[in-house]
Amino acid sequence: MRKWLLAIGVALGLSALAQTGKLEIFSWWAGDEGPALEALIRLYKQKYPGVEVINATVTGGAGVNAKAVLKTRMLGGDPPDTFQVHAGQELIGTWVVAERMEDLTSLFRQEGWLQAFPKGLIDLLSYKGGIWSVPVNIHRSNVMWYIPAKLKEWGVAPPKTWAEFLATCQTLKRKGLEAPLALGENWTQQHLWESVALATLGADGWANLWSGKLKFTDPKAVAVWETFGKVLDCANKDAAGLSWQQAVDRVVQGQAAFNIMGDWAAGYMSTTLKLKPGTDFAWVPSPGTSGIFMMLSDSFGLPKGAKNRQNALNWLKLVGSKEGQDAFNPLKGSIAARLDSDPAKYNAYGQSAMKDWKTNRIVGSLVHGAVAPESFMSQFGTVMEIFLQSKNPQAAANAAQAIANQVGLGR
Amino acid sequence: MRDRITAFLVLLPSLAAVGIFVYGFIGQNLWVSLTDWGKNPAQALALRPELRFVGLENYRELFTGFVDVRFRQSVVNLIFFTFFFMGGSLGLGLLLAMALDRGPKGEGFFRTVFLFPMALSFVVTGTIWRWLLQPQGGVNVLPTLFGLPPFHFPWLTTRQQTWVFDWNQLPFYTALAVGLTLLYVAWKAHREGERKRLFWSLLSSGVLLVWAFTLGRTTHLLPYPEPHGFSLALVGVILAAVWQMSGYTMALYLAGLRGIPVEVLEAAKVDGASEWQTYRHVVLPLLAPITLSAMIVLGHIALKIFDLIFAMAGLDYAPTDVPAIYMYLLAFRGNQFAKGAAIGILLLLLVALVVIPYLVSQLRKEVRR
Repeated sequence: MRKWLLAIGVALGLSALAQTGKLEIFSWWAGDEGPALEALIRLYKQKYPGVEVINATVTGGAGVNAKAVLKTRMLGGDPPDTFQVHAGQELIGTWVVAERMEDLTSLFRQEGWLQAFPKGLIDLLSYKGGIWSVPVNIHRSNVMWYIPAKLKEWGVAPPKTWAEFLATCQTLKRKGLEAPLALGENWTQQHLWESVALATLGADGWANLWSGKLKFTDPKAVAVWETFGKVLDCANKDAAGLSWQQAVDRVVQGQAAFNIMGDWAAGYMSTTLKLKPGTDFAWVPSPGTSGIFMMLSDSFGLPKGAKNRQNALNWLKLVGSKEGQDAFNPLKGSIAARLDSDPAKYNAYGQSAMKDWKTNRIVGSLVHGAVAPESFMSQFGTVMEIFLQSKNPQAAANAAQAIANQVGLGR
Repeated sequence: MRDRITAFLVLLPSLAAVGIFVYGFIGQNLWVSLTDWGKNPAQALALRPELRFVGLENYRELFTGFVDVRFRQSVVNLIFFTFFFMGGSLGLGLLLAMALDRGPKGEGFFRTVFLFPMALSFVVTGTIWRWLLQPQGGVNVLPTLFGLPPFHFPWLTTRQQTWVFDWNQLPFYTALAVGLTLLYVAWKAHREGERKRLFWSLLSSGVLLVWAFTLGRTTHLLPYPEPHGFSLALVGVILAAVWQMSGYTMALYLAGLRGIPVEVLEAAKVDGASEWQTYRHVVLPLLAPITLSAMIVLGHIALKIFDLIFAMAGLDYAPTDVPAIYMYLLAFRGNQFAKGAAIGILLLLLVALVVIPYLVSQLRKEVRR
């Protein structure tokens, strides 16, 4: 009799465990990006109604605050069940090398994700034979934005190379446009740099830079800084005081002709400013990078010692599924990482990006965490400062190489 | 005896807490700053990081390392910021206090208005002033109200520097400054007739000055010149900081002014002192202790400044960088914990430099009583 009772008790307990429990999702998606996360959580609750979802959001653009909070929690032995992180080296160089993450390769196999995601992306997520996070979205970094009507007025076309860009810039300056290129605060300057570098080095050269095969002090890499310096001469001098939105505003208002920004700019212009993609505003790959898709991706990982591991795994399955990605991305203004998502759900910009995502060569972004570990990225700001202060390409290149050596880039 | 035991028992918990949470952690921080925590990314955030003792390596890198140029600029920024912030707050506070001391109409109202900024946090102040100092808005559009063209002053965004000097000359300048200070001490000792002090200060001053002009000119910290100077972008930050704290100095000075006995002022008047002379020789010397305590408070605020700059210019903008911000970037964004700890220790030393002499003089006074 007592055995029976015990068995029933255990069975009840187990079934309760399977349906209930908690799931803590750690992210920096608040404000404009909140609804996209909410949509995913709603989907999760439909599937697992018994689970109490804790939305642990720490606000702050690009996760600057969230990452600090996450570090405190991880170091204190209190990891969230799953957390948002930029896919690639930002995760690998910080948490994977410290052996704090679970390998998700078996999940990728089980869900058929090795085929669902492009190989270039899987490569960026992999390190030492493991795959370390599930990408939920893809943003493109190397996009140049402009207003077609304004360009027509000025009589110029969107330039295809940086040399062409510099010529166009002179034309526009002669027509009285003080700063043809709109630029914002520090990180958007680095963002511009990575587009210049990708064009100067090509996709292979760019990849070699991060695997350590190409030195920053190589004449080819020094040339990046030379071009970058010339491009900066076309940009506004008050850049440091502008947010990326304010830099986009300058283009929209006709104070500048071009802006190089990730494709969240499309979301800003179409959702916030109510402009029509393709007609009111338009885009091309940043000069010299057509056929290359410089990507960044938000992803979720599974820290070792997560308190609700099974619930977190279910969350990861949802995040990587077609259903989950199509619920999330149209709201976030990004595209799905999967190749089989439904174009009808996206606007004109999203559809064009999806086409490029399937056909282009894929490389990772520096500023947004795909190709270099945090220890390099955070000091790259210093390299940028050295260049902006001294305007000396060799000095910047030397500093970049010194930091690369210090953090063991590519090892 | 029983009283003593009770007193000890009552104090014990707080003693233990302060011992662990203040001095224990300072000690731990010091230890971390002497290790290589963060050099190897695989160890930086590991569950049990292996720390290796590297001595003063982190400090050496900060002052002479190739990639830590930003730290050195931040130190220069901090010195200029502290100087102008203290000067501005004390000067403006004194002026306001002197104006209010004459008892204008609605004095209480003005006192509240001037003191009010202090009620705000630096983050709020910083956000408001960032709006005011925008390149294309705020203060810069003021002239358009009168039909004039707008200013184009890039308050927070300029990269211009003035008073640029070479970091390599730092040993020379330091020796020069200390030598001249000791020379001044020697001169004072001579006037007061203290022969022993005169001898020692004259000797050490001489040694330093000779060293400065011989070896000091050729001692270089870096193999190449590295210019640093006063970033003009700091002007905006200093404006906001002075705006915030001058009300506080005003309140202190006002209390001091009101505390001066009327008899003293009347005596000065009877002696035929002009108003300016009264201020110069009677009022200001009496306010000296207030100036000192205000300097202590302002000084440690200046040395620890973080939130104001965070809110006004962000973390990434090097021209307005200070060591506290660079520490945050290194430790919490770049995972360079040991180097961050080293900056923390340097800041602690700087604050101690300001606070400890004050505490010592206070203690002496109490003992004398």
